[in-house]
Amino acid sequence: MLDDRYSLEFKLYPYERSADQDATAPVRHPVVVVGGGPIGIATALDLGLQGIPVVVLDDHEGIGIGSKAICFAKRTLEIADRYGCAGPMVDKGVVWNLGKVFHDDRKVFEFNLLPEDGHRFPAFINLQQPYFEKFLVERLRRAQAEGAPIQVRGRNRLVSVETGDDRVALEIDTPEGRYAITADWLIACDGAGSPLRGMLGLDFDGRVFRDSFLIADIRMTGSSFPTERWFWFEPWFKSGASTLLHKQPDDVWRVDFQIGWDVDRAEELKEENIRRRLDAMLGPDTSYELVWTSIYTFQCRRMKSFRHGRVVFAGDSAHQVSPFGARGANSGMQDVDNLGWKLGLVVRGLAPDSLLDSYDAERRHGADENILNSTRSTDFITPKSRISHVFRNAVLDLAHDHAFARPMVNSGRLSVPCTYDGMPLNGPDMLPGGPPRTRVGSPCPDAPLGDGFLLRHLGGDFVILTVDAEAPERLEEGGITARRLALSAADDPTGALAARYLGEATSAVYLVRPDQHVAARWDRFDADAVRSALRRACGREGRS
Amino acid sequence: MSKLNTAPNIAAPDDFYAELIRAHDGLDDDASAALNARLILLLANHVGDAEVLRQAIAAAVAAGQRG
Repeated sequence: MLDDRYSLEFKLYPYERSADQDATAPVRHPVVVVGGGPIGIATALDLGLQGIPVVVLDDHEGIGIGSKAICFAKRTLEIADRYGCAGPMVDKGVVWNLGKVFHDDRKVFEFNLLPEDGHRFPAFINLQQPYFEKFLVERLRRAQAEGAPIQVRGRNRLVSVETGDDRVALEIDTPEGRYAITADWLIACDGAGSPLRGMLGLDFDGRVFRDSFLIADIRMTGSSFPTERWFWFEPWFKSGASTLLHKQPDDVWRVDFQIGWDVDRAEELKEENIRRRLDAMLGPDTSYELVWTSIYTFQCRRMKSFRHGRVVFAGDSAHQVSPFGARGANSGMQDVDNLGWKLGLVVRGLAPDSLLDSYDAERRHGADENILNSTRSTDFITPKSRISHVFRNAVLDLAHDHAFARPMVNSGRLSVPCTYDGMPLNGPDMLPGGPPRTRVGSPCPDAPLGDGFLLRHLGGDFVILTVDAEAPERLEEGGITARRLALSAADDPTGALAARYLGEATSAVYLVRPDQHVAARWDRFDADAVRSALRRACGREGRS
Repeated sequence: MSKLNTAPNIAAPDDFYAELIRAHDGLDDDASAALNARLILLLANHVGDAEVLRQAIAAAVAAGQRG
């Protein structure tokens, strides 16, 4: 009846009977999240830390096996830091900067991500997804202990849903039978195959890529491979049309072979066949242990709308991209970052529910950017026509000797957060000479601040960030408070703060949203202007 | 706005043409296609201007649609 769809790496939320199952009438909850993966748990954490009661339903009792997503970007770590769980991720993760690109038997070039100085977090860490999820769940448990109103219900499978104007009725199956609850808001974090999306009969259109990829996670102790990302186009060892080698914690390496569309999955997944590919690549004398293997195919697609009345989709349930560029889990975390504060305001009655339409607009914009980037990477890695293949190889042939061709080599454009240019919540951008990277809609870049960093001081509420400008310490508008963070360019002797927030200007006032995106900016404080921008950022004022 | 120069601009067009064809001497179709692709990429980078490149692509497409 409640069969497992996969086996578990970590059993973290075993089934427990909840009082709701014994209630005479369906219990009403402000927010129910479907899916206990990284996006669902992060959503619960975001809301729970705001004091919003939230129930997570998952049809398993923990985290599924398999490394899956392995590259977590700086923005994801910054979001996790806001939730209080980035530390263990960075401690466990592998930091890498150097990438090498090979074509056939020669190195075409190497690149260094050269992370910009003055950020708390590295550009990327590699970490097996189950660890990432486990650190989120552990943080959630600590939050619960501190009083955050979060419940995680393992082995609770949503079987039917009925949407209404003022609530959503849910029927849930458990090992002890079915029960019903209602939710004011239902957040679908149930993955690319989203059963909830299916129950509601919603679209999920896009482009199918006719190729398969074989993942082999292998453990090599004492390996001489450095902590770098190696990517082969048409490798000499013939184990795939392309191959990726990437380091993970615990002496594990991710090897990803592009093996073509018409493959016999069962045959390819036999250990002897996987080892044949690996041995050709690593040489016959390298010993390794197979940790996890899988074959995946992918699509680039998204829902037309991420909000359907009282049901909101986040993460893979709303959009799916190719894995090239690490834009899956990372973009899902940005969804949570965007949705959490908005839903919090709506549930508390401080903003109209139309604020959630801005989640739809902003994150569709983000999804489109991710789909565009990952589709381009995919077209470069797996050319779709003869001439496309000719040009791809022409780029690789030129890149060895000619620097101009190297930026065209696309083995994955690594995930960066999108800027919400031109979105409805944006206020005025009135900082003459202000840096483009902190224009309205941008995610605030980190900067050194004394012995710490800027983003820690922004936190998760509205902030009036002043740099060498005056402003009141607090400003309240319709129940929403913006607190001031008063800085001076002199606070950061490296000059990064001034370069990132002043540019040519001598003073600046930023209104920063709880998700650390810039809502508006000026060269000086004007109470009416800030109030108006704050109302707009909360969906309480249209574009004037 | 930059404009694609389609007026005669090569001092000795016969020489250039002969040199272009000579570069393909002894190449099979695949190798010729690859050479052309490398050449296009080198020239495109030299031009650099996105608007001019867009006009060049459009002019090349249009010329192939005639007759």
